[in-house]
Amino acid sequence: MPQEFVEPVSEIDVRLVDVVKRFGDSNAVDHISLDVKDGEFFSLLGPSGCGKTTTLRMIGGFEQPTSGLIELQGQDVTWLPSYKRNVNTVFQSYALFPHLTIEENVAFGLRRKKVKDAEVKSRVTDMLKLVELPGFERRKPNQISGGQAQRVALARALINRPAVLLLDEPLGALDLKLRKQMQVELKRIQREVGITFLYVTHDQEEAMTMSDRIAVMNNGQYEQLGDPESLYERPQTRFVASFLGVSNLLAGTVDGSADSFALIKLADDTRLRVPAGLVDGNTQIEVGIRPEKVRMNRADDPIPAAANQLEGVVSDVSYLGVSTQYIVASRGGIPMTVYEQNVERTNHGSLYHQGDQVRLSWLPEHTFVVRGSAPAAGSVE
Amino acid sequence: MTALSQPVADVPVKAASRRPPRRIFHTIDHWALPGFTLLAIGYLLIPIVVMIIFSFNDYQGKFNFVWHGFTLQGWLHPFDWPGLPDAIKTSLLIAVLSTVGSTILGTFIGLALTRYNFRGRGAINGLIFLPMATPEIVMGSSLLTLFVNSGLQGGMLNGIVPKGVLFPLGFTTILIAHIMFNISYVVVTVKARIAGFDRRLEEAAMDLGADELTTFWKVTFPLIFPGVLAAGLLAFSLSIDDFIITSFVSGTTNTFPIWVYSVIKNALPVQINVVGSMVFLGAVLIVGLSNIRQARANR
Repeated sequence: MPQEFVEPVSEIDVRLVDVVKRFGDSNAVDHISLDVKDGEFFSLLGPSGCGKTTTLRMIGGFEQPTSGLIELQGQDVTWLPSYKRNVNTVFQSYALFPHLTIEENVAFGLRRKKVKDAEVKSRVTDMLKLVELPGFERRKPNQISGGQAQRVALARALINRPAVLLLDEPLGALDLKLRKQMQVELKRIQREVGITFLYVTHDQEEAMTMSDRIAVMNNGQYEQLGDPESLYERPQTRFVASFLGVSNLLAGTVDGSADSFALIKLADDTRLRVPAGLVDGNTQIEVGIRPEKVRMNRADDPIPAAANQLEGVVSDVSYLGVSTQYIVASRGGIPMTVYEQNVERTNHGSLYHQGDQVRLSWLPEHTFVVRGSAPAAGSVE
Repeated sequence: MTALSQPVADVPVKAASRRPPRRIFHTIDHWALPGFTLLAIGYLLIPIVVMIIFSFNDYQGKFNFVWHGFTLQGWLHPFDWPGLPDAIKTSLLIAVLSTVGSTILGTFIGLALTRYNFRGRGAINGLIFLPMATPEIVMGSSLLTLFVNSGLQGGMLNGIVPKGVLFPLGFTTILIAHIMFNISYVVVTVKARIAGFDRRLEEAAMDLGADELTTFWKVTFPLIFPGVLAAGLLAFSLSIDDFIITSFVSGTTNTFPIWVYSVIKNALPVQINVVGSMVFLGAVLIVGLSNIRQARANR
């Protein structure tokens, strides 16, 4: 089918070409190249100091890159001041103007564009309705709660209909419950207005919940870029595997192959199968498996022949409500984390106890392979 | 019944024996702080009250020292003394001009010192305090020396053009001196306000399409305005009652304090109390208005 090769031409809203930002003698942003598509919810995810906020600030025009190119909708904006860029920002601290009312705050951008009074009024009303704060026009920023301030900041940015909305950890200051609620809300608003969102966060769950695509950043670069599912199911680096959820990582050497699987020999001579395609020519590799994909089995339970197996002793049991978390020390001494859903449990206590001999099993297809951090620049996508 | 009534009978006795010291402590607790506060406020206000009372004195002779009876004469003829109207005009004009000049300069210096990192910033931060720390008498005499020697002394024109012709002592030199010593106070006051300023607000303004100038007038200035206003009021009050420095550089020009000093040798007219009271009431009015404005802004 020839159509398979015709990619739908989606407009690129933000393009970073080999962008570097140097602070002192370290690169806060280290040769990043990135395309964000039109209408996409794109997240930059990483720990603090990974360069995600600096990247965002360069796109917003608050920092100038040391080298590289920034394009917005095909236009080079690298050296344009922020007030000449068609992007708007939701700041982490909201940065609402304390001396202006909510209405004046939201209208600020339109006033700068000399939009007519009547239109400003109606658009502000619409915007406040969109963020579910109708009737807040006359209040001052110090008269509303953090969650409401967050919505006002969003309205103030969105009302300008920017090509891209930049969000710098906008939910960071909210409590957990409100944060969850706002995640859903943000996603709804993004769908409704259809504007590209570029979202910066250190919260992996937040990024997974909302994003179409995520770039996982570390040390000024992104280590992997993809949709939440592929990032979670097939993390390519050690860092991504451990930053996005929990991973059990096992070091081993490639030791032949069987069918479409490669055989990996661990330090304790256990052999595991991994999909052959994931082992690209390396002999020393690390394989990983997510805790919820591992089954706990008693020594005499039947296990499918194709499954990967690992023997161990339960060293820790934590009851978490939805699931139970076990730490199992494998024969090779590596602590393996296993989650078991508490589907059939009542209050009989845990199925396994500390000190129990168990065999862990999982399907070879669920195994992934990671390399160390810091790939060659621009090697992803 | 008996078991119940016994302790009940016991309680009032115990309470009665404890009550007297408790009441004393309570009384002290209740009155100590207000009493002390009243004393302190009285200490501050008594001179002003005396000034206002004596502005209504129907004094005899040249000196308004002894109470002779109530009259409105002083307030009906507040400027009726030779030289007084001119002195007040000069004082007000210098106060207004030096306030405007020092507030503009000081605000920009304050902004530069908090915003930008440049060579010599630390030194300037320290130097700004020097005029405040220098004794006024030293400043006054050095300014006088400076003005008298300014410009043409020692050069080719020495002897042809008289010394001090560039800055003849008078209005201009007083104004220069007042702007100079006011700047430090303005810088310190404005800096305190800017220190709490969130730079993200300016970024947000620019993000929303405001260029640098619009950002300054729409966001920065309104937010630092209370500091600028406070600095301006401070500068005005420092200027209007400065005596020491002014006395060195005023030449033959009289400001109100200089005029008071010059007449006081021969007389103490009631007009001094009247004008003093006016200045005080004016200050109270301005502070009151700015408080009301502040309360409105916060509402």
